[in-house]
Amino acid sequence: MVTDETTPMGTTALLVLGCPQVPVQTSIALYLINRLKKAGITPVVAGNKAANTLLVVADTDRYYLGEVMDLDRAVALIAEKKRDFDLCFVFIHNDAGVSYAGTMGAISGAALFAVVYGEHYDELVQAIDFPCTKVAAKAVHNPLPLKKALDEVHPWAA
Amino acid sequence: MGCVESMNYEIVMRGATFKESREYIREHFRENFDVQPGFKVFEVHLIGIPPIAIGLDGDVVIFPYTKPCHGTFLLRVEDKEEAARLRALKK
Repeated sequence: MVTDETTPMGTTALLVLGCPQVPVQTSIALYLINRLKKAGITPVVAGNKAANTLLVVADTDRYYLGEVMDLDRAVALIAEKKRDFDLCFVFIHNDAGVSYAGTMGAISGAALFAVVYGEHYDELVQAIDFPCTKVAAKAVHNPLPLKKALDEVHPWAA
Repeated sequence: MGCVESMNYEIVMRGATFKESREYIREHFRENFDVQPGFKVFEVHLIGIPPIAIGLDGDVVIFPYTKPCHGTFLLRVEDKEEAARLRALKK
């Protein structure tokens, strides 16, 4: 289920998934993956087992998904300078998500995007005091507000 | 909790934000120091908003441990060798 391709070509993007308890995450992740791929950017997903499995089951034939890896492993690879990405999108709907974004900002050279959503998205945006591009919307079940926020930033054109 | 599960740890604090956990270490452990995210403690790469505070109390190491669904825990692990290693790095 989890794959590991260590030599993707061209521009790469890491999607750091949060806890999948907020429904919009899986939908927006697949949308972002599709937009990135259409722009010629290789997306790699890193999440915990539940977050990864939601994507892998939804995209059984891998129309959208490429490499999927365990989140702890992704952090280890980047922290140990064994691998890095050009873009990094961290999905944030709780304090842990902010911590993961702060971590990626510190250990990775990627352009960092904080994708913030959920019921308390505005409080989380306030808690992000490190350099990154914030993409935020009050989105829990309906992904369209977050899709709109993402479209306005159009990070796939970076 | 991954390889942390194999440790004999105690949870000092749970349910707090990462920043509250950092302040707790600074306020409650006279011997403390800051590291950057990705720093390894007990083979675990630390997650957090820099700087990350680590506390030392004799042979005990107090550090934050973050998981996506459960937030940040402050863990307390007694390990003479790791405490000595961290103390040496601090100097």
